Amino acid sequence: MKAFRSRRVMVATAVALALTPLSACGGAPQQASSAAAGGTDPSSFTVLTANENKALPATLDALAKGACSAENAALPLEHQKVAQADVVQKVTLLAGQGALPAHFIAGTAMVRPAGDLGKGKLVLDYKEALEKLGAGDQLLPAAAATVENVYGGVVSLPYQYNVEGIWYNKQIFAANGIQEPKTWDELKKATAKLAQAGVMPMTQAGAAGWPLTRLMGMYIFRNAGPDAMKDIRDGKAKLTDPKYVAGAQALADLTASGALGEGFSTRDADTSTNLFLTGKAAMTYDGSWLLSSINDPKRNTIGDTNIGFMAFPAVEGGSGSIDQFAANAGAVMAMSPKQFGPKVGEWLKCISKNYGAQALKDSGTISGFKVNEEVKTLPVMTSQIQEKITELKDPVLWFEALLDPKSNSLASTNVSLLTTGQMSAQDYMSALQKSVDAAR
Amino acid sequence: MNSVFGDRKTIIILLAPALLLYTLLKIGPVAWSLGLSFFEGNTLRGFEFVGVDNFTKFFTDDAALQSLGVSVFFALAATAGQITLGYLLALLYVFVLRKGSSLLRTIVFFPAILPTVAVALLFRSFVAVGENQGPVNDFINFFGGDSIEFLATTSGTMVTALAMTLWGSMGFYAILLYAGLLDIPDEILESAKLDGANGLKLVRHIVVPLSLPILLSSIIFSLNATLKVFDSLLALNNGGPGTSTAPLTLYMYRTAFEYAEYGYGSTIALVLTLLCLVFTLAIFRSSQRKAED
Repeated sequence: MKAFRSRRVMVATAVALALTPLSACGGAPQQASSAAAGGTDPSSFTVLTANENKALPATLDALAKGACSAENAALPLEHQKVAQADVVQKVTLLAGQGALPAHFIAGTAMVRPAGDLGKGKLVLDYKEALEKLGAGDQLLPAAAATVENVYGGVVSLPYQYNVEGIWYNKQIFAANGIQEPKTWDELKKATAKLAQAGVMPMTQAGAAGWPLTRLMGMYIFRNAGPDAMKDIRDGKAKLTDPKYVAGAQALADLTASGALGEGFSTRDADTSTNLFLTGKAAMTYDGSWLLSSINDPKRNTIGDTNIGFMAFPAVEGGSGSIDQFAANAGAVMAMSPKQFGPKVGEWLKCISKNYGAQALKDSGTISGFKVNEEVKTLPVMTSQIQEKITELKDPVLWFEALLDPKSNSLASTNVSLLTTGQMSAQDYMSALQKSVDAAR
Repeated sequence: MNSVFGDRKTIIILLAPALLLYTLLKIGPVAWSLGLSFFEGNTLRGFEFVGVDNFTKFFTDDAALQSLGVSVFFALAATAGQITLGYLLALLYVFVLRKGSSLLRTIVFFPAILPTVAVALLFRSFVAVGENQGPVNDFINFFGGDSIEFLATTSGTMVTALAMTLWGSMGFYAILLYAGLLDIPDEILESAKLDGANGLKLVRHIVVPLSLPILLSSIIFSLNATLKVFDSLLALNNGGPGTSTAPLTLYMYRTAFEYAEYGYGSTIALVLTLLCLVFTLAIFRSSQRKAED
């Protein structure tokens, strides 16, 4: 009897041990709340940002003390933080409880018209709101177009506006007799020449996945044209079509040639940036967020005047143009229509008029807002990139921009298999297309 | 004292608060999650009843089946390693080092108190290649070999993950099994020795059978812990390369919290729960059969 009882106790213990993972998914289902037509001001202007983003809260604090002090007195600025990796989870829970703050970070797919927040009308249309506030011209047209293209509406404020391209070391290029490559073949020849000279031709932070898919995506945009990924979204083309597979193959060939150096698939962002800024690598494809590191003399030992910025090269016979740079507007920063009262409106107006100059002045960050005040003593590269952004026409998106969250994740994770020869270009694109089809 | 614990009412009164708390904190969410397995959606867009669709989806979902395979392989390999090394260490403590084993016990146990993520980052650095090459590749280079990018391959990542897990937990299992070995009466060991049982014979015929209950408990602990592996594989290589080392827990996390599919996430959790139960009950069954034999 005793043995039987103890066995029962042990079985019960085993059941309890086994049940632990099941409790991880428990959550209270709630109805999605719909947005009110006219919002009511909250008691504070609460802004939810990612822990990893230090610049945005700091610049908003500077505005609260300076240009937006009146708005801050009427509705004090407060900060809330969330880890970047937990954004979707946190915002889903907050929105489900009707507890979204006035201004908040969100996941890309959530704010699209078919996304959870978009469908529930829980994100403000900035275009309409800014026009009503008389500040409709405060967003740079290219930035507004990028936001609209990615999210299907102007539902995010462009606190950053990044242009992407290839940054190169002028001295290394000159020492090896290399001119800015204008075509993919020229780029391949340049990487071969550099590798032969014992220089790492290009560094990418492969551990994150996206620094590799960017190269593939840009090849596809140059080859299949700027609407390549819109065609995938709209079902007009498939990722298994030859022009798309050619992009994956081009990346696989580039990595197989050793152009990205040893250990590229596990290289993190800091290591990659350091390789370039200490002169150990000749090139890197990256966004203009790299300026903060370029402008830091402790990190940049090659000097900012020694760095050049060029477009991703053209693909011979392709329908894309070398003038089309990839651009993005940083993480989604939406506003809750429910809390969009007059005081929050004043905050929005003040931010849109002053953020551009404040961010440029404080951290050299280029945003998608107009710069309404002359900012003196800008670093050389920052001025050059700012100029390029102002002239930017027809920006293209990045490879994963229009993919659903699952396919987006798959593109970044599987790229390490593609670039280390464990998955063929055809299989990579087939797996991705299958995921895209499943999400339709 | 006997009369107190023999009284059913007293037992109920003493147990009720803890039982109620356990029910609220554990059984409640578990039951809720079980219910969610039959729905699709999330707290924001609401839930839609989908019957057994999530279960059908699981068995046709390549990514889910791959993760299931990763979890089972990792659990079996890690458990075999943890228990074998733990048992060998325990035998070393009890029969070779005896009272002088305390220093070694402390040293071997030490990694068990380190955070898993820190250990994963440490091992990531050990096997790194390129600019910040780690000691493992330095060692390979020293003997004339080319550097190996361990984390670029599935087998390399798995070997690193297993090495990391064994390093981190064998000390814990060694202590657990050591406690069990100490319970074996000296008289039995002495008489077995007098009967000519020494070395392997003594271990096989006397020590293992007498320490079987603690050995089985250790296997159950280890299987349940390793089937639910999450942080070490996430921190080591994010379940990569690709998703080839992503266990079921990581797939569940991504499904529920990154893709906001709470219903399907709950289904994956339920499958994992059933898996833990099946493994645990299988061990009980085999031990019962052994006891009957």
